[in-house]
Amino acid sequence: MSELPYSDGITPETVTEHGLTPDEYALIVEKMGRAPNTTELGIFSVMWSEHCSYKSSRKHLAGLPTTGPQVICGPGENAGIVDLGDGQAAVFKMESHNHPSYIEPYQGAATGVGGIMRDVFTMGARPIANMNALRFGDPSHDKTRHLLSGVVAGIGGYGNCMGVPTVGGEVNFHKRYNGNILVNAMTVGLVETDKIFYSAAKGVGNPVVYVGSKTGRDGIHGATMASAEFDDDSDEKRPTVQVGDPFAEKLLLEACLELMSSDAIIAIQDMGAAGLTSSSVEMADKGGVGIHFNLDKVPCREEAMLPYEMMLSESQERMLMVLKPGKEDDAHKVFQKWGLDFAVIGITTDTHHLVLEFKGEIVADMPVDALTDAAPIYDRPWEPTPKRDTLPADTFAEPADYGATLKQLVGCPDLASRRWIWQQYDHTVMGDTVQTPGGDAAIVRIHGTNKGVAISTDVTPRYCFADPHEGGKQAVAETWRNLTAVGATPLGMTDCLNFGNPEKPDIMGQFVGCLRGMGEAGDALDFPIVSGNVSLYNETNGEAIYPTPAIGGVGLLKDLDKRMDMALKDSGELLIVIGDTKGHLGSSIFAREIHGNEDGAPPPVDLGTERRNGDFVRSLIEGKRVSAVHDVADGGLLVTVAEMAMAGGIGANIDAPRDTTHAYLFGEDQSRYVISVTAQGAETIIRDAENAGVPATILGQVGSDAISINGQHTVTVNSLRGSHERWMPAFMAAAS
Amino acid sequence: MKSAVIVFPASNCDRDAAVALEAVSGAAPHMVWHGETDLPPVDFILLPGGFSYGDYLRSGAMAARSPIMREVIKAAHNGTPVLGICNGFQVLTESGLLPGVLMRNAGLTFVCKTVHLRVENNETLFTRHYNKGDQIAVPVAHHDGNYFADADTLKDLEDQNRIAFRYVDNPNGSQNDIAGILNANGNVLGMMPHPERVIAPILGGTDGAAMFESILEAVA
Repeated sequence: MSELPYSDGITPETVTEHGLTPDEYALIVEKMGRAPNTTELGIFSVMWSEHCSYKSSRKHLAGLPTTGPQVICGPGENAGIVDLGDGQAAVFKMESHNHPSYIEPYQGAATGVGGIMRDVFTMGARPIANMNALRFGDPSHDKTRHLLSGVVAGIGGYGNCMGVPTVGGEVNFHKRYNGNILVNAMTVGLVETDKIFYSAAKGVGNPVVYVGSKTGRDGIHGATMASAEFDDDSDEKRPTVQVGDPFAEKLLLEACLELMSSDAIIAIQDMGAAGLTSSSVEMADKGGVGIHFNLDKVPCREEAMLPYEMMLSESQERMLMVLKPGKEDDAHKVFQKWGLDFAVIGITTDTHHLVLEFKGEIVADMPVDALTDAAPIYDRPWEPTPKRDTLPADTFAEPADYGATLKQLVGCPDLASRRWIWQQYDHTVMGDTVQTPGGDAAIVRIHGTNKGVAISTDVTPRYCFADPHEGGKQAVAETWRNLTAVGATPLGMTDCLNFGNPEKPDIMGQFVGCLRGMGEAGDALDFPIVSGNVSLYNETNGEAIYPTPAIGGVGLLKDLDKRMDMALKDSGELLIVIGDTKGHLGSSIFAREIHGNEDGAPPPVDLGTERRNGDFVRSLIEGKRVSAVHDVADGGLLVTVAEMAMAGGIGANIDAPRDTTHAYLFGEDQSRYVISVTAQGAETIIRDAENAGVPATILGQVGSDAISINGQHTVTVNSLRGSHERWMPAFMAAAS
Repeated sequence: MKSAVIVFPASNCDRDAAVALEAVSGAAPHMVWHGETDLPPVDFILLPGGFSYGDYLRSGAMAARSPIMREVIKAAHNGTPVLGICNGFQVLTESGLLPGVLMRNAGLTFVCKTVHLRVENNETLFTRHYNKGDQIAVPVAHHDGNYFADADTLKDLEDQNRIAFRYVDNPNGSQNDIAGILNANGNVLGMMPHPERVIAPILGGTDGAAMFESILEAVA
């Protein structure tokens, strides 16, 4: 390689500190036709970071299903959009804030929630629900309690102030997250289909306007931090975490929606990761224009801020808009009313360059496509994850007392009640929450109608680790199943892909495997991915997290009178299990919690069966032929029935085979649901199932105040509830 | 019924309050921005829940000094019924319309759950559609709902029958399990729980509807 040119103040070390490789620097020099100055290098470093450029993942993301008649907007915008009918649509996305949340849990989680809400209301939608998917380290790890309490308080602190209900989520604990927790936040918004706003800055000579909070020095290089591994000194990165101001965001939300009711806005984009840089570059790129900024006009919170700092700051609660010329005064009045900064800081140009002017000088001049299209795309080497053997049932001893084992399982960290968490979230504000946390999927009414949106977040990381391909399928299938279990028709999903260091072939193999599985499932279930986010480098001192492709699904209930929940209601009803039970114990909760065994292949998902079984269950709900439905997930059939019993305050007797009873009761075979039906209804349902090619077997009968197996192993619903509710409050109250 | 809902910066239950008022009375309320200096002529004023000014100072302290509050205070002194829910209750104590203060919850965390309230006084314009001793299920959602007042004030509240609701199972450490209190004239009620969130079976309950029906009847 010939000697590369460097501007004053830049050395090969500076380039490395910016997270750029020598090859990447050479490419920058080539695209610029000269050596970049410090400001330009900073801008390249964030635009070409993994977080912004998807350079390791883009090749594989291209294979995901993203289209369907219901899709109004797929990946590539601030959020995805699916049609809800009647001129309305759901706007949604899930995003990670893993790295900052580990460094500073309250602010990291809070700004994650703030960022995802901005992505949604940027498109013209009012946020109507927040969800999350959280992963923490082993409960015995000395940081877990601190991280959990901080993250939950941060999510609540931001969402509660915004007045957007946090209606559900999921939480897992595992030692593989000891050094890298996962905080994935999802927002669903509601928009009129003729009032959707996009980010393409079309047209030349239009004013570029900055609104929201002032710019400070916080969060500089946050995107770069999120593109590297942690080590023992990661706490020193605290200054790169931003501080959230939900009050400012609430004002920004109302001001933006007020302005959006007029026709002043051409394009709008929130300033998220990489702040002013990525928002302006993406808007210019999509609009096929250039942007000329006068940085002297940027509202700054701190004195003597340099162009480098202004462009890389990740100060929160800011938006960039392109207005129609002449609309500046009208727009200014709206933001003035809400007490927010408003400044015309630039103009769109026909140069296709991002040009920064500061104190009368041009301090940066870069071709927009050099920052976007020219970013490197890596086809990282990957190796497939070795297949595991399927473990036979006799690998595991049968419990002597199923009641006691069940009580232990419903109180284990991964299955215990999350009440301690969701009681810190305002889940009923906005007056439309129909299914509160704790159901298979949350349900939020579409304001002013009798329709509802169902939402669920799911992934089973231990399955993804054991077999990324099956795990990827299962994550999508389980989300689809949870939406189905409340009676919703699944419409689309968002993904939040959390993995380790993609430069390691085994990690890249996990990524490729999970994505292939997700893609197959999305195709087979007509469940497209409309938005998403990739978070790589979730590793500390060389140890990676479990591969965790969190899925957030959205479905539609056309008639809320035909919604379903899991609570058992009527003594004497029969329980029917829909789907085939083979007794798959490998990688199950039973194997891990009772036998300390995390081996074995995970349960496979047959996607044809998944769809057939789910469509059948949905038809039963629509026909009002069932009184309770719960999907079978972690813990298998017995845990499923126990959860239905705890929700309804009524027990059940289960008829289990005498042979390998534990595999039948605790196996985690997929594509199953337990339904509760009247004795008279059971016969026709079983016949209809047979005609539809759906396995349906009587599982037991609802009644009494206890769960029993073949009339034995009795455990009362009250004592199950005690175990289920006790763990988390006790864990959080214990002195660390 | 002509009513007004006051909207402070970061009020967030203003729409919920408006929906409840319209559902019960058939008339949409005036939504009055905090910066206004005039109130429209109304029979009833509601201060909604939320996080006015982010609650970055004491909850409700900034909002209590908004321009419109001068008019609200005047109207309250002239006998117009005023209901403050959650952040609205905090604004009422900060503005001096009600005694005492709402401190951080005893458990220190935000609490959102359905609680049971006992109706202590049903001879008020806000509660006449309840029976004394009724237990009603209404959600709370707050971080600062721990009611505190000095001993003399508490004694006055008790002696003058100004405690409208008490928690059956106290979620926040409030003295005397106080969930809602009245002013001496009985035309101002502040309460932490959210009656506007339980006005339809689909939302998990209807126990809040009787409060709005009471007000409607009282001002008719």
